[in-house]
Amino acid sequence: MSEQFVFALEVTLNGLMAGVLYALVALGFVLIYKASGIFNFAQGVMALFAAMTLVGIMDGQVPFSHLINAIFGTDLHYFGWNVPALLAIALTVCVMVLLAWCVQRFVFRHLVGQEPIILFMATIGLAYFLEGVADLMWGSEIKTLNICLFGESGCLPQGINETIDAVTYEWFGYGFFIDNLDITATIVAAILVVALIAFSQYTKQGRALRAVADDHQAALSVGISLNFIWVLVWSLAGFVALVAGIMWGAKSGVQFSLSLIALKALPVLMLGGFTSIPGAIVGGLIIGVGEKLFEFAIGAPFLGGATENWFAYVLALVFLVFRPQGLFGEKIIERV
Amino acid sequence: MLDASEGYTTADGRKIGGVVMEMKNITLRFGGVKAITDISFDIREGEIRAIIGPNGAGKSSMLNVMSGFYVPQEGEVWFRGKPRPQMKPYEVARQGIARTFQNIALFEGMSVLDNVMTGRLTHMTTGMFTQALWKGRAETEETANREIAEKIIDFLEIQAIRKTPVSRLPYGLKKRVELARALAAEPKLLLLDEPMAGMNVEEKEDMSRFILDVNDEFGTTIALIEHDMGVVMDLSDRVVVMDYGKKIGDGTPDEVRSNQEVIDAYLGVEHD
Repeated sequence: MSEQFVFALEVTLNGLMAGVLYALVALGFVLIYKASGIFNFAQGVMALFAAMTLVGIMDGQVPFSHLINAIFGTDLHYFGWNVPALLAIALTVCVMVLLAWCVQRFVFRHLVGQEPIILFMATIGLAYFLEGVADLMWGSEIKTLNICLFGESGCLPQGINETIDAVTYEWFGYGFFIDNLDITATIVAAILVVALIAFSQYTKQGRALRAVADDHQAALSVGISLNFIWVLVWSLAGFVALVAGIMWGAKSGVQFSLSLIALKALPVLMLGGFTSIPGAIVGGLIIGVGEKLFEFAIGAPFLGGATENWFAYVLALVFLVFRPQGLFGEKIIERV
Repeated sequence: MLDASEGYTTADGRKIGGVVMEMKNITLRFGGVKAITDISFDIREGEIRAIIGPNGAGKSSMLNVMSGFYVPQEGEVWFRGKPRPQMKPYEVARQGIARTFQNIALFEGMSVLDNVMTGRLTHMTTGMFTQALWKGRAETEETANREIAEKIIDFLEIQAIRKTPVSRLPYGLKKRVELARALAAEPKLLLLDEPMAGMNVEEKEDMSRFILDVNDEFGTTIALIEHDMGVVMDLSDRVVVMDYGKKIGDGTPDEVRSNQEVIDAYLGVEHD
């Protein structure tokens, strides 16, 4: 096999795995958009908030410590204990469910029936509010996310921190560089997607969720509480945000730029369609592979590189022109 | 007259029981527009009760009040002997009142079977974690409810399209699926909003037959809205006639047919 071909294969593999991470973020958007028609700009910040909460709980950090210290003149920072990862994850899920309830109760319940643009503006406000809360609660330092599920074993790989040797695999007499974290993320994402699909297809709540996504009036008429479903869907999105936050956090550290991954999800959604879970996955993979291969084949040799920054958006633009509903989105036909 | 224990026997010999739902002096306004003015009537167990009237008479508004979609400014809704506090539409549905819509509100992306199964939601009680884990009770419950859904699908003769996504069905069949979903809830009161609107003669006959069969087989109490006088008269036991938001007639089809006010409303009055 020629060197060039194997290199292209490696690039594709890496692209696929990067795509999985994009898809993870896009998934959270799709869940909320389908059920309530809200385009949740705060999804990225939710991932950040979830990751920060997880690290904060694991490290035994005192929430709002800066605020408490400033008011009472105390010097609190840490409780002095470490919470095991599994327990911390469970606690973070609880926090995300509570957040979902608050968002529904204090924001969107008062905005039922409003224009989509107003709901969208509300999520922008929510994004900035949540970013502020995250800062106030856990501080703004960059933190490393080091999760070990069972004591010292079952640790999440540490993205870029590992040595090249540790993440290189010999196949076909060629050294493939594949990030262990990306492999983990792919497996976790696959499990998550299968679980989500099973939940929505085979359970009572899943059926109710699909019903609400389809028609609000009809859902009410068969006894489904819209409020409950919306809290449920924001909780699910919060959970997906947590998973995305863990993966991205392990990759590049838990820091505020994490909230910008929401921007990377936009082209994924335009490609895959805003209303389709498989669309989010396929869209993520296409963008991931596309930008890596483009950089490899055209960007680096002819355009001076760094095409990864804009390729996804240009691809999305092309899609907007030729297939505005995305690959899997519902076609919008206005009857005259 | 409104004694709940009292019933009557219809012309074809069916026994009609006590009052299931009673509307007491309902008035509904949208801003300055009065959609319903001071209307009272009752619906009795096992009967087919029709609400008729020309376009814009306030029939659909009435049905929306009954199903909790609209909240009247004045008056009370009594259900099964108790005044109903202000409720959300989904709470009304959970009380056992199922409905269909004039412009069909089905879950277009879901299959016929899934649509009918949503009608069973109020009867499924297992919690979220049991459901998520898909074990024991949740499974038994799903099977039991699935059986009832299948029975209704058979009854309405839509077995052949069980797995078809609703969006692909023709209009007449969609109406039938919507009826199936409402029936799946095993409602104590079934509200049908223009079940025959937009249908051709053959489809209308089919639908009439199904409505009669449902009432006969399951003993379901049915309230329906129509503006096609002919169909209603054959179908219903008692009829409420509305015009411009007011009740202008109430009684058996024959009584209503000979009511001068009703004739005027439908055929128009000569002004001099």
